[in-house]
Amino acid sequence: MQKKISNLPFKGTPEQEAQLKEVIKNHLDDPGAVMPVLQQAQDIYGYLPIEVQTMIAEGLNVPLEEVYGVSTFYSQFALSPKGKYNISVCLGTACYVKGSGDILNKLSEILGIEAEECTPDGQFSLTACRCIGACGLAPVITVNEDVYGRLTVDDIPGIIDKYKNA
Amino acid sequence: MYRSNVLVCGGTGCTSSDSLKIVDKLNEELAAKGLDKEVNVITTGCFGLCALGPIMVVYPEGSFYSMVKIDDIPEIVEEHLLKGRIVTRLLYQETVEKDTIKSLNKTAFYAKQKRVALRNCGVIDPEKIDDYIAQDGYAALGKVLTEMTPEQVIQTVLDSGLRGRGGAGFPTGLKWKFAAANDADQKYVCCNADEGDPGAFMDRSVLEGDPHTVIEAMAIAGYAIGASKGYIYVRAEYPIAVKRLQIAIDQAHEYGLLGEDIFGTGFNFDLQLRLGAGAFVCGEETSLMTSIEGKRGEPRPRPPFPAVKGLYRKPTILNNVETYANITQIILNGPEWFASMGTEKSKGTKVFALGGKIEHTGLVEVPMGTTLREIVEEIGGGIPNGKKFKAAQTGGPSGGCIPAEHLDIPIDYDNLLEIGSMMGSGGLIVMDETTCMVDIAKFFLEFTVDESCGKCTPCRVGTKRLLEMLEKITNGQGTLEMIDEMEELCHFIKANSLCGLGQTAPNPVLSTLRYFKDEYIAHVVDKKCPAGVCKNLLEFKIDKDKCIGCGMCARKCPVSAISVTDYTAPGKKKPAYAIDTAKCIKCGACIETCKFGAISKG
Repeated sequence: MQKKISNLPFKGTPEQEAQLKEVIKNHLDDPGAVMPVLQQAQDIYGYLPIEVQTMIAEGLNVPLEEVYGVSTFYSQFALSPKGKYNISVCLGTACYVKGSGDILNKLSEILGIEAEECTPDGQFSLTACRCIGACGLAPVITVNEDVYGRLTVDDIPGIIDKYKNA
Repeated sequence: MYRSNVLVCGGTGCTSSDSLKIVDKLNEELAAKGLDKEVNVITTGCFGLCALGPIMVVYPEGSFYSMVKIDDIPEIVEEHLLKGRIVTRLLYQETVEKDTIKSLNKTAFYAKQKRVALRNCGVIDPEKIDDYIAQDGYAALGKVLTEMTPEQVIQTVLDSGLRGRGGAGFPTGLKWKFAAANDADQKYVCCNADEGDPGAFMDRSVLEGDPHTVIEAMAIAGYAIGASKGYIYVRAEYPIAVKRLQIAIDQAHEYGLLGEDIFGTGFNFDLQLRLGAGAFVCGEETSLMTSIEGKRGEPRPRPPFPAVKGLYRKPTILNNVETYANITQIILNGPEWFASMGTEKSKGTKVFALGGKIEHTGLVEVPMGTTLREIVEEIGGGIPNGKKFKAAQTGGPSGGCIPAEHLDIPIDYDNLLEIGSMMGSGGLIVMDETTCMVDIAKFFLEFTVDESCGKCTPCRVGTKRLLEMLEKITNGQGTLEMIDEMEELCHFIKANSLCGLGQTAPNPVLSTLRYFKDEYIAHVVDKKCPAGVCKNLLEFKIDKDKCIGCGMCARKCPVSAISVTDYTAPGKKKPAYAIDTAKCIKCGACIETCKFGAISKG
């Protein structure tokens, strides 16, 4: 899948940089360090802008090309920031069979963004995800940590309103 | 000693419907009633009946409360736990028989199941190693280290007939034997917990419900092949499994069951977790090992096989979670016991994740050789809303669809291959007459196109071309020649792809072509989708004799494609409406609005 690469300016803080340096230091002797470091960097920054990847490449002494290769290969590494509320729509088989495709279309229509994008005000981002394993609740979406199951298209506007007014 | 034990499911399905808040509420209510020293609340792994979650079982009575709500808790505590009166109204109704309550094991969902890999799921607290040890945990490791040689361990696994539960069904003992035969300064034992098939959640449930069984089995494997290090590669999408695995590894360390000189025998074994990052191809063994090395998870050609050159180019064995979950039981109960279950070439049990159009979505474990009909109709409770069974999909994006005519085939590795599907890791998605088989094939191809790593051309380009043809067919632009071309391309991709992902990617197309060719023909010749799924082939119509002329649909229509006609049906007061099919965007809003069933699609 083509990854959306953000063109928003990088806004890292010195605290975040210190945390990242600590993570890198702890992995210097680990032969397979790139992935765990990228995962923790994403926890720190929320996404992996090129500035962060450069710091990792320099810190671990591996070519930036290799870090970039890994970050673009795995779908969990985000090169674009997430909104305050990230909505994930499960497109696993069970949910798909029960109509999650229509749910995704409805969300995209209401928010005015496609999957893997973030609204310009930074409030909502939309992701299509693989099976989250809650097939008994199909079709399922998650908004940050909240799970909504057994949905119909008509439930969607209400759910979005809840977060808009939050 | 506690008077009552309350087991609440803490698996992903039930926690998604707030089972952990139920645990909090229970503890709060029990404390308020002063019962917290008498009643013990235990958070367990998955019970399997996910469709009825959140699930709560009260022992010693064995009362099975299903779809529990937080508001029900005060009543259950007051009535059942304080006064000893079971709240029958809130029980899983199938366990209620007139005045008595049936054992859970006698209900249709559980009666035909045999729990080996899932034996501790929903029974123990997965975050307590003592619970696991009380269920003979780490006894198998003790037996292996003190009474058996590595050769005997491998022979036991070989004799049991255990085959890899990840999908391909390679004999586990043989894998171990090959790795043991290669001398090296370092060998590795890996566990594939990168359960990526959409619709499959067996491995997640084992990891969440019984993480120690995997750790113990990996240590046994380490002893058998002479490895002192292991990795569990687990999906980052499974946060509960990751957390419980880490707790389990730490506890095993604390008890000296991992680390150096285990049981004072001089055997060393240590484990590390590695998190995946959402790449389906990493479920393929060579990709998985490349990913553990921290690189792009691309496969590499075999041979050399991992048993010769695997992780960091050292001899490595890689087994699936469910495979490991069987090992300790084989050691403790003997290979004959294990081989007594199942069919001639597929021994033991298999866990299936039942999903799709089925009453009892959830996790079931049955002996190999159980028929699909037993799983779907008896255990699964059949298809909801009186719809008809059309097909069952096994093996995820690598598998195929099994039509109704094969419902009575005993399920094992070889039978499934013969009918054009495969065991896969155990996802079993049921489809009814409202599922379009061409659309399903397209769905799986979209998945493989997304997930193809791009290293080899047959898979990268071939699956893309295949998907384009399927898109044309579902859009009404297909031809009969295209179906033949598609079939040829399928065989080409299968024969020439580098790894299992590409080699099996065309299976969903081939199997639907084999059993549902008439649906493909309906799409290309008649330009119709018989199941009413493919939007571009649908036509929405208003039955002018049923229409009462209320105009609700016309107001709902987002593109103003519905207008009033000059025809008034006999007995109706207002003229009927009609849809201009040229303007219609087939959104279906009108059908949902019409209270009189006058609008149809087809």
